[in-house]
Amino acid sequence: MAQATKKKPVAKAAGAPVSARIAAQAHFHTLRLGTPFQPRIDALARTQDWYNWAGYRAPHSLWDEELEYFAIRSQAALFDISPMTKYRIEGPEAEALLNRVTLRDVTKLRPGRVHYTAWCDDEGFVLDDGTLFRLSPTRFRLCSQERHLPWLLDSAVGFDVIVEEETEAVAGLALQGPTSFAVLRDAGFAGVERLKIFDLADFPHDGGPQGNTQVTISRTGFTGDLGYELFVSADMALSLWDRLMTSGDLRGIRAIGYTALNRARLEAGLIVANADFTTAEHAIRADRLRMPDEIGLGFMIDLEKGHFNGRRAILEARAKRKLRYVLVGLEIEGNIPAEHAIVYHKKAHEVGLVSAAMWSPMAKRNIAIASLARPYGDTMVEDLWVEIYAMRELQYQKLMKRAKVVARPFIKLDRRTANPPADF
Amino acid sequence: MKAWDAIIIGGGHNGLVNACYLQRAGLDVLVVEKNDWVGGAATSRELTPGFLYSNCSYVCSLFRPEIMRDLELPRFGLQVISYEGGAVFTRDGDYLANYRDRDAHRREFARFSKRDAEAYDRYARDVTRQCRFIQPLLMRTAPDPTSLRPRDLGELLYLGKKFAGLSAQEMALTLRFWTMSISEFLDEYFETDVIKANFALSGIIGTALGPMSPGTAYVLLHHYMGEVDGSVGAWGYARGGMGAVTKALAASFKASGGTIRTGAEVDRVLVKRGKVKGVVLAGGEEIYGKLVVSNADVKRTFLKLVEEKELPEIFLRRVRNFKIRGSSGKVNIALDSLPEFPALPKDSPVYRGDMHFTDSMERMERAYDDWKAGRWSVDPFLDMVIPTTLDPTMAPPGKHFMSCFVQYAPPKIGGREWTDADRDGFAESVIAQIAEYSPSFRDRIVHMEVRTPREIEAEVGLTEGNIFQGELTFDQLLFNRPVPGYAQYRSPVDGLYMCGSSTHPGGGVMGAPGRNAAAEILRDLAKSTSHMSPAHDVI
Repeated sequence: MAQATKKKPVAKAAGAPVSARIAAQAHFHTLRLGTPFQPRIDALARTQDWYNWAGYRAPHSLWDEELEYFAIRSQAALFDISPMTKYRIEGPEAEALLNRVTLRDVTKLRPGRVHYTAWCDDEGFVLDDGTLFRLSPTRFRLCSQERHLPWLLDSAVGFDVIVEEETEAVAGLALQGPTSFAVLRDAGFAGVERLKIFDLADFPHDGGPQGNTQVTISRTGFTGDLGYELFVSADMALSLWDRLMTSGDLRGIRAIGYTALNRARLEAGLIVANADFTTAEHAIRADRLRMPDEIGLGFMIDLEKGHFNGRRAILEARAKRKLRYVLVGLEIEGNIPAEHAIVYHKKAHEVGLVSAAMWSPMAKRNIAIASLARPYGDTMVEDLWVEIYAMRELQYQKLMKRAKVVARPFIKLDRRTANPPADF
Repeated sequence: MKAWDAIIIGGGHNGLVNACYLQRAGLDVLVVEKNDWVGGAATSRELTPGFLYSNCSYVCSLFRPEIMRDLELPRFGLQVISYEGGAVFTRDGDYLANYRDRDAHRREFARFSKRDAEAYDRYARDVTRQCRFIQPLLMRTAPDPTSLRPRDLGELLYLGKKFAGLSAQEMALTLRFWTMSISEFLDEYFETDVIKANFALSGIIGTALGPMSPGTAYVLLHHYMGEVDGSVGAWGYARGGMGAVTKALAASFKASGGTIRTGAEVDRVLVKRGKVKGVVLAGGEEIYGKLVVSNADVKRTFLKLVEEKELPEIFLRRVRNFKIRGSSGKVNIALDSLPEFPALPKDSPVYRGDMHFTDSMERMERAYDDWKAGRWSVDPFLDMVIPTTLDPTMAPPGKHFMSCFVQYAPPKIGGREWTDADRDGFAESVIAQIAEYSPSFRDRIVHMEVRTPREIEAEVGLTEGNIFQGELTFDQLLFNRPVPGYAQYRSPVDGLYMCGSSTHPGGGVMGAPGRNAAAEILRDLAKSTSHMSPAHDVI
């Protein structure tokens, strides 16, 4: 009788030899790791303003958080994304596995393309969102905020596929802003002009100790602007950084921290896991769980593609109208940011919470992302208000401001998608 | 002849908590304690010059912060210091550490398994959810499900509502959690043996069950639902040893006008016509009281201190059958310098936490097999701490006090009583295990106290040396603790109450039984309980 000879999915470091384990003991001396780019970032860190990104020492700002934002919108900004969690998913059935665990149809994701996706537990609650890179017909990279190795490995049982966590091994950079294309072209990445939005390709980069190797460049980003993301093996990180900084010198390239990036992402209307919604594996309170339709990710759900994790629960919630929340963009009168303000209907009835807010320099509007309890924000969008507590010299200035539900993104830049990409 | 408003039998932490609340309600309260010191199982004793021993309980987490605040314990010297880490040493010369930093914790687990390292978040989420369910129940009297009194119905409704507040999946998980084994529970999250052993130890401490016995998952929860100043699940040292807890309680009690008599062992409870009248001390002295509250465990109280004829037959039978099995011992050691563990880096925070040597589920279960056979474990499970790494008050500078909680130790050896030779053999099994990981350990020992269940029962008064005054299995929890129908701190004898760990919510240095019993007593006396904070909100 024929028997399926499917490999068990392997996590590479499982059962590491004792000597390797013992060699790794000293990690407790460094609670916040440096990324492969750290020597360069440290040299530029005038503010010494750090935060903990998944165990890495990452900059809130490097020199001036407001001007760093303008570097994204006017020149080119370099942001270290190495701490992002990365998984290599590879094998003849990698596509089938990912199609089974993520919301979108992975068979439609061609090699050399990237899509933004999300994934759910069996109850249909969102575990995380992230980007899926199809590096070849059988090789993928899944990038996310949180960690999912047990879930990926458990899901992979029965699939001929290898799942490997590669966060430390792969260094990543986001190069974002109007001159980002020109920086790459001038750096000698021949053919980069052919990358359309969400395309990816490998380019030679000879900075590694092993000689001539590859950098993967995708036309993606988290800013709503023209921009790229670059991934290399960690040992080539510094030479890649130098190559970009050298060529970007005449194009106004600046390294930036997270505060600036976070502003750009909000203008782009993009959400952040565990900032704009709570991921299912971290939600201790059951009412904090969210289905894709409740955080604006319903568009990803592909009901035509067959079974995927959470499908049944999502279908049921839609059919029985059990969706309880909706995530919306708000435009708020005035110019005081409404961060973490409570949203009211008719100034009295509490209906939700603002998770991110700012005055948008690009839109010249006061914008916010908020989660509301349906039907507010869904079918009832009139007469919404936010109560802003603005601390000014040790006193709260309490403001009740009208909020209007608006479409995201809050800004739309033609240069983001223009082909060929412009010089600036 | 003076009749006290209340006589508390036993000056353990629950007896003192109870006494404090009653005294503060305006009652005239006497605590009688058989030892020449108070503290029960929460004591600091200078057993050799210069060294304070936490010679029974040794770490602090469960003690309710509401009680610390109500009774002004900080004013009377109570300080609790979180500890810094912990580890399980492995037999291949390595160790698995627990670090407080979330990312260090993950990287440490990743040394053994990247998969299990990333499984921790889900595990922590699920255990936290269970803690949040049980925490509010700790400071409430369990409802009597057979009663139709409005308060019982109200409490039942509260329980029901809390339960109904869970999702269907959580409800199922809660039911399973309360009844399954810690081994099976951990199998749902982790694959690596040492990582499972690292978590499983909280499921067996103090219980005569192995990690594969049903009911041990709940025991883990019992060890997680405490906190150090809001950090749920954290454990710490009471500065000055565990006696600092009862010392502060005694001082608070005296400051509010209470009276303590030490060296006063109760021989029996005086009962007349089904009503309590006071106590008779071992010397024959009679002390009269309008009510008597026993901090002793339920077996000691009703099988030794109250005459059988005063008790209903079914109650008596259930008390006899109440599971209160000795499973552990203590080896307390004074050291002339900090022991070195060559596997550990010298600056490791693990020295300032809890250390263990049982690196597999099988070893843990095998240790339990010895208990079943009526002998101490050849390869025991140790929960070992050196509080003096964080507490400068317990030993001279550079010298250390080490507490080893040891499991398993049966109440009897092959059916007969423990002998001194047995005790020495038991101690040797512990020292030998430590010396395996710390070669020069024996040379550092200045003084040592060894307590088998025999010594714990004789000196502390805990039946069979059971640290929880009764197993924390589901059949002995909530409205079934200690026995059905008597889970509200009252007894069949009018005016005789229970306030020890045999009652809801159970053992550990928690204080909740003592506090809850006081609330019931004051209710019976129609006195105000406004000086008692309700449980802190779980939001």
